[in-house]
Amino acid sequence: MGTDSMPAPQGIQTGLDRTAAVSRPGTYLELVHSWIVTVDHKRLGILYICYALVFLLVAGAEALMIRIQLFFPHNDFVSPYTFNRLFTMHGTTMVFLVGMPILFGFGNYLVPLMIGARDMAFPRLNAFSFWISAFAGLLLYYSFIGGVGLYGTGSAPDVAWFAYAPLTEKAFSPGHSTDYWAVAILANGIGSIGTAINILATVFCMRCKGMTLSRLPLLPWLYATVSFLVLVAVSPLTAAQAMLLIDRYLGGHFFDTQMGGSAILWAHFFWIFGHPEVYVLVLPAFAFANEIIPVFSRKAIFGYPAMVAASVGIGFISLGVWAHHMFTIGMTSFGNAFFTLSTMLVSIPTGIKTFNWLATLWGGKIRFQTPMLFSIAFLFQWVIAGLTGIMLSVSAWNWQLHNSYFVVAHFHYVLVGAIVFMIFAAIYYWYPKMTGRMLDERLGKLHFWLMVIGFHMTFDVMHFPGLLGMPRQIFTYEPDRGWTLLNQIVSVGGFIQAIAVLVLVYNLVHSYFKGVLAGPDPWDAWTLEWATTSPPPAYNFVVDPVVASRRPLWDLKHPEDPDSAFE
Amino acid sequence: MFVLGITGLIFIGVSSLLVYAIVKFRARKGDTTEPPQVFGSMQIELSWTIIPILIIVVLFLTTTRVLFSVQDAPKPKDALDVIVVGHQFWWEFRYPQYNVVTANELHLPVSSKDEPRPAFMKLTSADVMHSFWVPQLDGKTDLLPNRVNEMWIDPRETGLYLGQCAQFCGPEHAKMLLRVYVDTPEQFNAWITSQQRTQAELTAVPGGLQAGANDTAPNVGNEAGVVQAATTKAPPNSPTTRGNVTPALGESQAISAQTGQYVFEHEACISCHTVAGTVATGRYGPDLTHLMSRETIASGAVPNTKENLLSWINDPSQMKPGSLMPAMHLSDRQNQQITAYLMTLK
Repeated sequence: MGTDSMPAPQGIQTGLDRTAAVSRPGTYLELVHSWIVTVDHKRLGILYICYALVFLLVAGAEALMIRIQLFFPHNDFVSPYTFNRLFTMHGTTMVFLVGMPILFGFGNYLVPLMIGARDMAFPRLNAFSFWISAFAGLLLYYSFIGGVGLYGTGSAPDVAWFAYAPLTEKAFSPGHSTDYWAVAILANGIGSIGTAINILATVFCMRCKGMTLSRLPLLPWLYATVSFLVLVAVSPLTAAQAMLLIDRYLGGHFFDTQMGGSAILWAHFFWIFGHPEVYVLVLPAFAFANEIIPVFSRKAIFGYPAMVAASVGIGFISLGVWAHHMFTIGMTSFGNAFFTLSTMLVSIPTGIKTFNWLATLWGGKIRFQTPMLFSIAFLFQWVIAGLTGIMLSVSAWNWQLHNSYFVVAHFHYVLVGAIVFMIFAAIYYWYPKMTGRMLDERLGKLHFWLMVIGFHMTFDVMHFPGLLGMPRQIFTYEPDRGWTLLNQIVSVGGFIQAIAVLVLVYNLVHSYFKGVLAGPDPWDAWTLEWATTSPPPAYNFVVDPVVASRRPLWDLKHPEDPDSAFE
Repeated sequence: MFVLGITGLIFIGVSSLLVYAIVKFRARKGDTTEPPQVFGSMQIELSWTIIPILIIVVLFLTTTRVLFSVQDAPKPKDALDVIVVGHQFWWEFRYPQYNVVTANELHLPVSSKDEPRPAFMKLTSADVMHSFWVPQLDGKTDLLPNRVNEMWIDPRETGLYLGQCAQFCGPEHAKMLLRVYVDTPEQFNAWITSQQRTQAELTAVPGGLQAGANDTAPNVGNEAGVVQAATTKAPPNSPTTRGNVTPALGESQAISAQTGQYVFEHEACISCHTVAGTVATGRYGPDLTHLMSRETIASGAVPNTKENLLSWINDPSQMKPGSLMPAMHLSDRQNQQITAYLMTLK
């Protein structure tokens, strides 16, 4: 697109002439170099997503090893030490190296496009945030070969992902594995905070002409909420890591109970990060649902103002619920009652969102393509996850179920059933935008059904060993407890999910070369990212877009019935 | 149950709406028109905001009622006091009212409506965080170093209840098992007396090398005809104490309780273990005074048999990798001697 194509209209028609300007024969070295030095939000977004997918495979493999070990009681597939490293690394990786990067990746890619901007507010900060997060991931995994643990070389962290004090103190974790963990989380936190600042600045300062806050698509709204949460919640975690390192190396006693420190202090620090973190992960999943469900129902989102209010409300309430992870730690009855109430309150805005999605489906003409299939499964699973969440918020139940496999099943329902399913939906939905080619629909449906079957086998069944008294994070169990068969079903389901993910990986690679060309707007959607080519040029939009409603492309496609007439 | 009912109803309601919507409003083949665009409805949205709020209020009130009744329950006069101390990776139980200490297997009297005998427990930890969980008796309560938590149990039926540590505490977290025996009042009193009795007798003869073998040595047999004097109650400083007899015992090849006790008290065992009434007063490991009254060793990991004891003493980390008890690298003979001694600690 040279200077001679100045009067390009809206960009929709320019879908297929992307090759001319972009591709110039270059060596592989130049290609790699251009990706490393890039400050383009789209390339950084893709880097984030690829980085997260690699770690998804790694952490998935760790989960499978956990499941093999638990297949039989008294199994010795791995040693207790290895098992403890596996679940610590699985949890830490999935949250910090898969969940956050992939969601930041989509945010990076989509937020500027959806608000009609040409890049993030701080492109260099953006690159810095990605690379320091990448460094954190490598650092964490370097501990497998570089860490000198108590039991010889090669010692990954083995203190569980919440790393409760005082197990992490020098007295109980003398090796370096815990240091790798703390420094990696600290570095990752710096990256997350950088990205959060960037997204906030972008959403509030870079919107195109006509895009008032009340016309802002829901995805950028939710990403702004998430970024606010990251700023508030990740900072205490980063501080806690610094305190832990001071304890370990400078003779501090914050969490050192042998010297009068407090184990509960760590729990507070960790969970005031840890619970908002759940919403940091789940709000982007909501954001994807907010974009995908209307498009495939062919209706505008139901109750946009309520959706915005509910999302921001979830953001605020989620800052006041952290101690529901600590009902058994010995709080006063008043404290327990307070956190029961605040936790239950979260269900009100989440309920509003769920009903609004249902109402969006209602009266629509629903198309069941792969992104929508994942979204519907998400809705269903989200309802279940929410309801088991209410059960757990009842502190009397919680005393029984806390730290049991019921809790493991509950949060995997949220993390996999809601978040991972919506990430898959988002991959199918925006892959055409990112690569210019569609993902294969048949492989997509195969992926979906395998995933649904595997997911329900694993995580529905997983509730029951918890009800029967199986605590989490145990490397083996006794044969006489009646947990064996349940654990075997769970393990088999895990392997089915693994196959599903491999189908996705194959689809991603295969379709990159062989997929059907997508064109600028394959889903007949309504937000601004579909107004430019697929993939978009480095500058996103030839002409700065001007919008008059929440669905600028609807207005364009239906001049007889524009949204702008109703706003 | 109430909670389950409410959440179950919500689930059925919402998911049937979802299924209905998916089936009813699916796109028909060949239909390319767009459906009517609806942007929202204040009334409907208000209704699904207010109804959940009402449900939450009900749930919250019922929860707090249970919460306060459990957490702030007054302690009855004749409640049993138990102190639970978590260790990596075993449980220490103390009965301050009876001056009894045991490990891993908690005995409680059954409680009934007419004769309530709840156990009020104070929980703390010697090292890292643990959590006391016997699902069929009560919810869990964490054990924290530098802090005392409280909980109570009111067991209504006799029997054996299994539980385990529910807070990740290190390599052997999975084998920090827990057994609670709920006994009839008679059984419980008999148990307490037996735990006290030998202890009382033993402490009556302080410093006695022989004391441990007191009434039990005959069970083990003295194959090599080891000094019988050891089994009689010798006053301290009598010619048969340490100065005279022990060297003979130490060199003895015999596998007996006496030689075992000698090895036990002259190796590192006593730095960590207590056998009340002897020089063994260590506090780091489980109290062994009445070891043979327990059905399991290694915190419920294996049954308490001679073979298991032997293999445990030989190398604890084979049975329980990560156990803090080191392999002492004793000879096979010494291991057998110690086992013979331990087998006498009824």
